[in-house]
Amino acid sequence: MLLYTAKDFKSDQYVRWCPGCGDHGAIGSLQKAMAEIGVDPNQIAVISGIGCSSRLPYYMNTYGFHTIHGRGAAIATGVKVANPDLMVWQITGDGDCLAIGGNHFIHSVRRNVDINVLLFNNEIYGLTKGQYSPTTKKGFATKTSPFGTVERPFRPAELTIGSRGTFFARALDVDIRTSVDVMIAAAKHKGTSVVEMLVNCIIFNDGAHGWLASKEHREDRMIVLKHGEPMIFGKEKNKGLVMDGFTLKVVTIGENGISKEDVLIHDCTCHDSTIHQKLALMEGPDFPIAMGVIRSVDEESYDEAVYNQVAQIQKVTKVKTFEDLLATLDTWEM
Amino acid sequence: MSDKMNFIEKEHVVIRFSGDSGDGMQLTGTLFSNISAILGNEISTFPDYPSEIRAPQGTLGGVSGFQVHLGSSRVYTPGDEADIFVVMNPAALKVNVKGIKKNGIIIFDIDSFDDKHLEKAGFTTDNPFEELKLSETIQLIPVKLSSLTKESLKEFDFDFKTMARSKNMFALGLICFLFNRSIDHATHFLETKFKKKPDILKANTKVLVDGFNYGQNIDASISIFQVNKSQCIKPGTYTSISGNKAAAWGLIAASQKTGLQLFLGSYPITPATDILQELSERKDLGVITVQCEDEIAGITTAIGASFAGNLAATNTSGPGLALKSEAIGLAVMAELPLVIINVMRSGPSTGMPTKTEQTDLLQALYGRNGESPVVVLAASTPDNCFHYAYMASKIALEYMTPVILLTDAFIGNGSSLWKLPKLSELPEISIPFVSAEMKGKIKVTSRNDGNMVRYWAIPGMEGFAHRNGGLEKDYDKGAISTDPANHQKMVTARQTKVNNVSELIPELVVEGSKDASLLVIGWGGTHGHIISAINSLKKEGEKVALAHFNYINPLPKNTVEIIKQYKKVVVCELNSGQFATFLRSKVEGVAFCQYNKVEGQPFTVLELKECFKKYLEE
Repeated sequence: MLLYTAKDFKSDQYVRWCPGCGDHGAIGSLQKAMAEIGVDPNQIAVISGIGCSSRLPYYMNTYGFHTIHGRGAAIATGVKVANPDLMVWQITGDGDCLAIGGNHFIHSVRRNVDINVLLFNNEIYGLTKGQYSPTTKKGFATKTSPFGTVERPFRPAELTIGSRGTFFARALDVDIRTSVDVMIAAAKHKGTSVVEMLVNCIIFNDGAHGWLASKEHREDRMIVLKHGEPMIFGKEKNKGLVMDGFTLKVVTIGENGISKEDVLIHDCTCHDSTIHQKLALMEGPDFPIAMGVIRSVDEESYDEAVYNQVAQIQKVTKVKTFEDLLATLDTWEM
Repeated sequence: MSDKMNFIEKEHVVIRFSGDSGDGMQLTGTLFSNISAILGNEISTFPDYPSEIRAPQGTLGGVSGFQVHLGSSRVYTPGDEADIFVVMNPAALKVNVKGIKKNGIIIFDIDSFDDKHLEKAGFTTDNPFEELKLSETIQLIPVKLSSLTKESLKEFDFDFKTMARSKNMFALGLICFLFNRSIDHATHFLETKFKKKPDILKANTKVLVDGFNYGQNIDASISIFQVNKSQCIKPGTYTSISGNKAAAWGLIAASQKTGLQLFLGSYPITPATDILQELSERKDLGVITVQCEDEIAGITTAIGASFAGNLAATNTSGPGLALKSEAIGLAVMAELPLVIINVMRSGPSTGMPTKTEQTDLLQALYGRNGESPVVVLAASTPDNCFHYAYMASKIALEYMTPVILLTDAFIGNGSSLWKLPKLSELPEISIPFVSAEMKGKIKVTSRNDGNMVRYWAIPGMEGFAHRNGGLEKDYDKGAISTDPANHQKMVTARQTKVNNVSELIPELVVEGSKDASLLVIGWGGTHGHIISAINSLKKEGEKVALAHFNYINPLPKNTVEIIKQYKKVVVCELNSGQFATFLRSKVEGVAFCQYNKVEGQPFTVLELKECFKKYLEE
């Protein structure tokens, strides 16, 4: 019996995202995940920057703070370090997180602050009505790239792992079960958990993830990775991933002498990030897109380290009060 | 002590130590100041150093100086000109030539006045004193500082560099002799400083003693200066404190008083970094510091910490304040308590990072988008940075608003005597937390009708979950709103709340001759120079009044009333007239005159006296 239901995390505000926007699915998954974790809504702080996705805190019946463009990671860092008892979520989009907020993003990941980042990646600027973002595919025509972008996009997984990230997961907006699962895993992970939510912008970039999202092909085009399980996917559950030299390769079980035992077993806890990065960067049409928890490595979180150091010093210091502090000065009587 | 010596009693003496930035002038100056303070002198100090850590040796760009003013009566400034100038090389002489009193004494390291060093400093003859037209009035005392130090250390197995580094201690020993000061206190300070480096400690102590003894052996024509104990100091326990340290400790005191955890989000920037460093030391008192990736993260982590219920602060200097402006607007809109300490330096842009100015006032008051009122305070002495950092915290917490505290490089780096405070005697801080009865009844925007301050619910409290943010909110419901009339109402509410801070701040008190016809107006770190000029004029029979502001927005309630009492009003500030501009918008019908200087240097007492005399004669 769950203590809470998804409804307990819904605020009374009318949700103003466009009908058909991928964010609807994502927030539903978040509320469901929170209910499944069983955390008191009063102990949750949901922090966001600016953009469509950043409106999310208003729709949550938790503590929330809708801040300024790009700064969500820094504000969330402040919240978590100031009060480590809170469960802190940062809601951000590809523009907010990777353009204006890129610096704060890489540094919060580097520090490993115990926050859960939901990066809603729709590969477009929605709230400003259709300009290209740092994840827009090269060549894509938008209002500010009428002849196609000439920029190389960021790949959030690469940036996360490059920033020494300890957790990276991915889910598709319409795949509620995987979304809920990765959000629960993100919440449980100690440190910065980056969850890339592939969301659809029905108005300005409809079908950005269409290759993957179509129900008909989804099982052949994505692989949901699970720790300790073989990397098998496909409608027939007969495709697998193996290492071929330094690269991954898709194989068909039962063909060319390949058996189930030849397929790689997923280990998201491995400190070496090489395979995680290879998995996270797989692209169609030759490879399936990796979903689920790709990397989840145990390391001390920043907030934990901060308070451990304080505790260590406080154990040995004679300075317990302001008066004690004054007593450390070179003073003289006049 | 040799009885051949002359004793000269002085009420005030200014000493300037100057040399290469690696010569240890800051340490020498600090030690001598502290020794003098312990012996009962009033002190005011001013370190003047280049932004280059180690500019090429012997060049003009690498000169680092430290000035201290000792007095047996009130000392307000580090002094305009030095009576005694201790100079380690020709470059230091050249850079400081304007700051030496006409009949002053120059003690110089003759070893460093060789052809090579003279050339590096751009002298064209072998007599730099003549070249600078100093020879006639100034008493020169050549000392072979480098070779005497080397001689003193010959029993140690030190390399040349280490030996050369100790010559500042030889100079300190000599100065201690010249001021009839025992070197015991200096040895004590050295013991603390070099606790972990016994060799260095031994060497420095040896050189110090030899420097002192050298004084006894030199020519009897040198006088011993006697600066007596000050009788103006209130009895109590004192230390010497810099403005930056005092500001950091003011925040700590507010945190201890309220029981709120202190959080500082910061990014290193000259001349404000000391505050971050000072607070990073205070893990013992549970202070949390985050050295961020940039200035914006400095303030936004602090805003996050404030949202989460800490006493949150950030510190910076001009360019950093510019980067923080958008976030300050968020704190205004979200009505969260936040202390922003801005240690002003010379601008615009990177400007002259180590030099002092008061050029950020209008930025602090107005440098944001939208109608965005904040409280602005300014500390005026190194020691009262403590008080104003405490008051900034009190106002931020009691009024749920960002408060900008302006200090500057001059008072931030300078030191003065500080009478140790008692936590119990500091003003109470009462925080508008939500109460249990409010559960379920209030919104994020609910305010106290009396002072217009909103109530504070901290995440984690049951029954008060709310959403805050930078979007305009409905006055009653707290939900986001774009209703035109509601926006007007919210703008007015936020402004009224800041205006109401005038209920808390003390009234303006006029110093100097209250019945004068000329009122001088100053604010922030210029107080010492202005009051010194006014006191000096008083001795000459001239009457000048001073209204010095520490509370700038809102202004003290009696501001208009006081200003209107005077026939002539001159606003003195280290910018092109920013406070004068502000006052013109607040006080109608007064023709404010201005005295401005933007040279990256403090006022001199002399120039202020000349300015005031001019207005008195008009």
